[in-house]
Amino acid sequence: MNQLLDLYWTFLKIGCVTFGGGYAMLPILERELVTKRQWTTMDDLRDYFSIGQCTPGIISLNVSTFIGQKRCGVKGAIAATVGFLTGPIIIILIIASFLKNFATLEIVQHAFAGIRVCVCVLILQAVLRLWKKSVIDPFTLALYLIIFALNALSGVLPFKIPAAVLVICAGIIGIIASEIKNRKGQSSAKGGEA
Amino acid sequence: MVLLRLMFEFAKTGLFSVGGGLATLPFLYEISDKTGWFSHADIADMIAVSESTPGAIGINMSTYAGFTTSGILGGVLASLALAFPSVVIILIIAKFLEKYRQNKLVDGAFYGLRAASIAMISAAGINVAKVALINLSAYQLTGNLMDLFNIKAIILGILIFIGQKKLKWSPVIFIALSAVVGILLKF
Repeated sequence: MNQLLDLYWTFLKIGCVTFGGGYAMLPILERELVTKRQWTTMDDLRDYFSIGQCTPGIISLNVSTFIGQKRCGVKGAIAATVGFLTGPIIIILIIASFLKNFATLEIVQHAFAGIRVCVCVLILQAVLRLWKKSVIDPFTLALYLIIFALNALSGVLPFKIPAAVLVICAGIIGIIASEIKNRKGQSSAKGGEA
Repeated sequence: MVLLRLMFEFAKTGLFSVGGGLATLPFLYEISDKTGWFSHADIADMIAVSESTPGAIGINMSTYAGFTTSGILGGVLASLALAFPSVVIILIIAKFLEKYRQNKLVDGAFYGLRAASIAMISAAGINVAKVALINLSAYQLTGNLMDLFNIKAIILGILIFIGQKKLKWSPVIFIALSAVVGILLKF
């Protein structure tokens, strides 16, 4: 029971500070779950994000469900997800009841302009940390550059490929590429024997 | 009855929207047209609210619609309904993942997925940076290259970057500090 409460409380806190979309929560998850509590690893987190991207639902919720499940099974998954939802629900209930023009308040806009700067630094640092283990050879570098370009330029390009499609393609290409690499490895090993 | 309908509509949104929070938008417009629980203008407002609060747009809109139609209980139930389908799907995938982690195909898929994942994280960072650090409208107005970059923001960004490296504080503290700096210096 204590473990479940701990999960709920941890994700409640994380849910209250996840400004700027699912990926912005990665640095906070890293700090709270990898460094402080050792509930998961940075590699697992990254994998949860790539799965969360191509399954239904909101990425940050999907990641919460994954971590909760890993820690305490189905109950843990529910505790983490509901915990993550609690903050946003309360905030919107308050805004809907009292603060009709919340987003247009000058003080809110200034605060958020500051927060956005912080969020892009946090994301940059997460990318720098994950880079070494994710982009390991020319193939993954090429894949990174293509998907990055398609995503970053999505406003300029005349067509838009949904992120889920990109992720699924990347998975399939990964299977094919690692298969080719294995075959090459095997045939060169055989060549060495002969 | 309204409660059931609320839960059904938002569960559907949760089931079919794949990707980031904004992927829920087309479904929210559809709900708006069909039910009149909220208007298109409400959705636009909620995008702004979602950008200035922690929640994702889908969660926020479900809470808002539930609250306006059926009070606090409606707000809570609609949000839980939105989350329900993805929780079930992730639970199934998590089981599968535990079992097949060592499988060659799964391993190969992750070989590609990892590069894709970090590419998407980078792109998300660039998209935030475009708004946070660059001031395109001021540049278009004056044509002065100095106006293109939001100098105050870039200095704050560099300070946060160094601060994070040296101080090892929680990111939450840096988020709170940047909000205060944003208010004080009128970002």
